[in-house]
Amino acid sequence: MSSALTFDPIRLPETCQILRREARAFLAEEIARGTFDPNNPRRAEESSHAQEFAKRVAAKGWIGMTWPKKYGGRERSFLERFVLTEEFRVANAPTRVYFTADRQSGPTIIRYGTEKIKQDILPRIVKGEISFCIGMSEPGSGSDLFAAKTRATKVDGGYLINGTKIWTSNAHQSDYMIGLFRTSQPTKENRRHGLTNFVVDMKTKGISCNQIRQMSGQREFNEVVFQDAFIPDDYVLGEIDGAWKQATTELSYERSGPERFLETYYVLTELVRALGPKPDTRAAEGVGRLVAQLHTLRRMSVSVAGMLEAGKEPVVEASIVKDIGTLWEQDLPSRVRTLSAFIEQEPGNQLPLAKSVSYATKVAPKLTIQGGTTEVLRGIIARGLGLR
Amino acid sequence: MGESDHIVADAAEKILADLADPQTVNSAKDDAWKGKLWAALEENGLTLPWVSEAHGGAGASLADGFEVLTAAGKFALTVPLAETMLAGWLLAQGDIASPAGAMSVAPTHPKDKITLNADGSLSGRARNVSFAREAQHFAVLVQSAGGAQIALVKASDVRRDEDVNLAGEPLDGLILDKVVPEKLAKAPNGFDQTALMLMGCVARSLQISGALQTMLTRTVTYANERTAFERKISKFQAVQHNLARLAGEVAAAAAAASSAADTLSSAPAWDDDATYLEATAAKIRCAEAAGTGSSIAHQVHGAIGFTEEHVLHRFTLRALGWRDDFGNESYWAVELGNRIGARGADDLWSLVASR
Repeated sequence: MSSALTFDPIRLPETCQILRREARAFLAEEIARGTFDPNNPRRAEESSHAQEFAKRVAAKGWIGMTWPKKYGGRERSFLERFVLTEEFRVANAPTRVYFTADRQSGPTIIRYGTEKIKQDILPRIVKGEISFCIGMSEPGSGSDLFAAKTRATKVDGGYLINGTKIWTSNAHQSDYMIGLFRTSQPTKENRRHGLTNFVVDMKTKGISCNQIRQMSGQREFNEVVFQDAFIPDDYVLGEIDGAWKQATTELSYERSGPERFLETYYVLTELVRALGPKPDTRAAEGVGRLVAQLHTLRRMSVSVAGMLEAGKEPVVEASIVKDIGTLWEQDLPSRVRTLSAFIEQEPGNQLPLAKSVSYATKVAPKLTIQGGTTEVLRGIIARGLGLR
Repeated sequence: MGESDHIVADAAEKILADLADPQTVNSAKDDAWKGKLWAALEENGLTLPWVSEAHGGAGASLADGFEVLTAAGKFALTVPLAETMLAGWLLAQGDIASPAGAMSVAPTHPKDKITLNADGSLSGRARNVSFAREAQHFAVLVQSAGGAQIALVKASDVRRDEDVNLAGEPLDGLILDKVVPEKLAKAPNGFDQTALMLMGCVARSLQISGALQTMLTRTVTYANERTAFERKISKFQAVQHNLARLAGEVAAAAAAASSAADTLSSAPAWDDDATYLEATAAKIRCAEAAGTGSSIAHQVHGAIGFTEEHVLHRFTLRALGWRDDFGNESYWAVELGNRIGARGADDLWSLVASR
């Protein structure tokens, strides 16, 4: 392996900019009809209109837009999806119903699912009808995925699942899970052997979700308990015992998107608003640095999207984007907090800033944990550099 | 992109590998290698890529020339190549032909001013002009009541306050006291001192990015060779994570610098907010990466990297020094922050998303 890193200056083509205008018009309409409040990320996440919103996004052809047409997709480019992701994220739109399915679950099913599952599930994702969660972590295994213990025992026509998944975001309101379960014991030669991915219908008898409150006040987390829950054979994803061979490219999509540095973006907007047209020198420098860093991250992320679109597998580059992107968005609330120290008191201009900084500060700790911790990412980068 | 897309950069890298190997240069007893290297660079049109053939240059594209600057950074090149390239480019903006030999460009500090006197002579001071004492001519951005002008000035007509940068390269102050330029021409519409600074920012960003790439390669190689506590130090997780962070800084610098170079290559309007964002963000982010990246490279190398004998300092000290040319990261962060403030909060995202 070499240490050469590629970040070509990919530009979004004109079709993307047309799509961006469409997305902005759509979002403005949704805001006007009261679907969500763009100035309140907390309430946007919890919007009770998320399900109808998903259906209207679907009607635009924007869920599963990169997927094959035969499953309801539009075969549009990853650069176009990139534009929608960033516009929806910056607007604080309530994407939770379909985001996981659109980014991860759908593409995994397309690659590893049986034809029956593809025909059954993919068109319903595309219509905004069903949502997914991801069942990986367990009480005794987090970053160390291959230590998972929840068992899938072979029975006639399928498998019986027993065990517990935990920290499963939105499990309580998901229709399906892609879960990682143990089908065999690991071997001496390969400790990653013995795990298999399954599609799980969350309405299956024997599955119960217990919500876990988070320090941010959110209630996405769940403990999901399986007691003899039956999964038919058709719902196996890929090779039995061979889950470890899957998911390198998928991880690149998951790791390098705009959601990996825009999670707390709203505090920067509110800072600029509160500072007004003539910021003091110290605040101006702070804002200038933040915008330079944001611009750079985004250019890196676009570059990785371009490589993925071209069929490459930029695993190291994608991990780098998530490593520095999540650290940036995690640090952002505190930097905004200190840069606002000298803002003069003017009625009305500080409340949104204070509220958004407070919320972002409470969300910040999770950003470098979810979807691959900083430590795991740096291990992957080190391997790419030829150090392990 | 195929190999054929990078002919100019490939030619530059080959010449630099043959005649400017950092280890050889580092242990050279004198400057004899410089003459041979400069002759080869000139002969191959690499000193004046941005000057038309009619004006004595190679007539290459901006994009090709930018790749030469990255290559120069990779080799921690210590001859006035970037300076001559920038000077030739500035003269070309005024339709002035480039003379043979090394040149430098002034001012290199956004706050410095060289002005036109009523009699057609030039006065003013320019701080921190790289390689000034090795240049035969200066390309000077002149401020006048009628707008920016571009002048070709003979080096021997200018007084110098000699000093050096972090890496010991000439970094002289210029004092122009009623200097009569050899040539003087009006700058094109919309071209001013800020345009020169933005171009300089992108040039230094590319050089920093190149130097960082070499720092990463060398540091990874060293970590895979050096043994401590009966293990290669590359096997320690703490070292691996430091190197992963270095890779992140290298990646950020490469992305920011190449994006800005790409922007300038496609005929920008100099007063455009998007051009401004790209060029200043590159300088800010590359300067930050130079600081963080150099620290990690030195930390992993330990004491050996702190010796004069080892080449590491050629890359780290130059990258650190380049941060200050054409306005440092703090200067541009304030300027960029002011622009963002003037645009307003609701126009921030549209600017970022426009790139």
